Amino acid sequence: MDKIVTKALSLFYGEKRILKEIDLKIPQNNITAIIGPSGCGKSSLLRCMNRLNDLIPESRIEGQILFDGKDLYAENTDVVEIRRRIGMVFQRPNPFPKSVYDNIAYGLRINGIKNKKKLSEIVEKSLKDSGLWEEVKHQLNTSAMELSGGQQQRLCIARALAIEPEVILMDEPCSALDPAGTFKIEELMIKLKQQYTIIIVTHNMQQAARVSDFTGFLYLGQLIEFGHTNQIFTIPEHKLTENYITGRFG
Amino acid sequence: MNLVRIKEKAIHFFFFTTGISAVIILLGIFLMLLIRGVQTFKDVPFFDFLLGIAWNPSAYGEPSYGILSMVVSTVMVTLGAIIIAVPLGIGTAGYIAEIASPKKRETLKPVIEILAGIPSVVMGFIGIVLVGPVIAKIFGLTSGLNALNGSILLAVMSLPTIISVSEDAIRAVPKDYNEASYALGASRWTTLIRVTLPACLSGIVASVMLGIGRAIGETMTVLMVTGNTPAMPHSFFDSVKTMTATIAIELGEVPYGTTHYYALFAVGAILFLTSFGVNLVAELVTVKHRRGRA
Ligand SMILES: Nc1ncnc2c1ncn2[C@@H]1O[C@H](COP(=O)(O)OP(=O)(O)O)[C@@H](O)[C@H]1O
Ligand SMILES: [Mg+2]
Repeated sequence: MDKIVTKALSLFYGEKRILKEIDLKIPQNNITAIIGPSGCGKSSLLRCMNRLNDLIPESRIEGQILFDGKDLYAENTDVVEIRRRIGMVFQRPNPFPKSVYDNIAYGLRINGIKNKKKLSEIVEKSLKDSGLWEEVKHQLNTSAMELSGGQQQRLCIARALAIEPEVILMDEPCSALDPAGTFKIEELMIKLKQQYTIIIVTHNMQQAARVSDFTGFLYLGQLIEFGHTNQIFTIPEHKLTENYITGRFG
Repeated sequence: MNLVRIKEKAIHFFFFTTGISAVIILLGIFLMLLIRGVQTFKDVPFFDFLLGIAWNPSAYGEPSYGILSMVVSTVMVTLGAIIIAVPLGIGTAGYIAEIASPKKRETLKPVIEILAGIPSVVMGFIGIVLVGPVIAKIFGLTSGLNALNGSILLAVMSLPTIISVSEDAIRAVPKDYNEASYALGASRWTTLIRVTLPACLSGIVASVMLGIGRAIGETMTVLMVTGNTPAMPHSFFDSVKTMTATIAIELGEVPYGTTHYYALFAVGAILFLTSFGVNLVAELVTVKHRRGRA
């Protein structure tokens, strides 16, 4: 089943066209990787999917994005609900300057959960799911800023998991991490795909090959090729894709 | 070679003296206030001065020099101004920094800057002809020249400081935090109140302190709109005479070298210490704020 489908999706920042008629199908409970050189529009594509581009006043889209078959950009779409159901993890770990506990409780509180016991339960569960619990269970009240970069990123994942989204968008989640931190996140992603649909943007091709089931290659705002990861990395159809994954440019 | 060194020394000396002279001037002012002020206590016991309610230096026979009423008046007018200005100022700053469209921001900012440039006499004038009658009408008073009027005008006068300093603080908060909040489904206002403002709390505190610093020292407006009754106020509808107004009104007429003359300097010294203290706290908070970011 396809969780998110884009139909002839174009994105403009003012007059500048960033994405060009992208047709993409994101299958449920899989990891889909979007690869491509810097500036090709990977982040922009991801941010269309939780409507984070709405924050940029001069941005505008053409075409359609369907989420569970429903138009994401329809008049009556509740953006808050969309962002609750489609979570996001950013390139730079960005925990709030609050305690570990409050970082995770934040999303719950703004969604109306006030019960202390329930909050604590969900905080614990989210931290366990993100594999951080053992490391921070005795310092839930210390500032998240004191964690290492890798821990911060897993905290951000826990924060996203806490409100039980259906999709998790990850924008180069490991680019600021060391190999050990990267390995932990990749392991986590594979575990999480049982429950979630994951889209990961990366310009690390080994990473895409390691974790993803499907891969899309984006180049200058166009989706050049999309298919099973195995196929893309072994017998790409397009010359451009082949050149990119063999490292001839990028 | 030698010439270069002399030149360098001269330049160094120049900047050192300009830097140090600001400190010397500040100290000089304070010493002047202090030296004259303490002479009050040759005639008036310190605690009578500090805790006495009646200020009546020109009473025949037994003059009184208690400053408590005017201290309370100043505190009241200032506190009232803070209560009005803080939510309004922070709200406006948040709106301008995070919520307004670029176009609205471009119109609002100059308007606020103009507000900062209005002379205090003009503010006082507005207080007399506009705010006063409105207050009198709403609350059914005979006169609208009271503490509330002073608070409202001081609030308006401290708003530009609070708004512009808070706005800078809010803008300095990394965008990442806001995006993380939006991505969890938070609205703009929720994000502002629960993420952005807490992240720059010390900057906000500094802005408020600077705003208050201005309000405490403001004289002309307060003098024009508060009615200047030298008595202990019981409510915001009472006419009050603040410390600044007392000095401004009386210093011009008091005979040189009298107890009354020195007492006014003592009031000035207390005022100086208070606003110095407030500014110092604001400065310390700002420095800590900058360190926290680095
Ligand atoms: N807010 C913005 N306003 C205008 N142009 C932008 C904005 N954000 C990104 N861009 C442009 O969009 C293009 C794609 O950027 P991005 O999606 O960040 O690429 P990637 O994530 O693949 O490196 C770049 O040319 C970038 O300059
Ligand atoms: Mg990017």
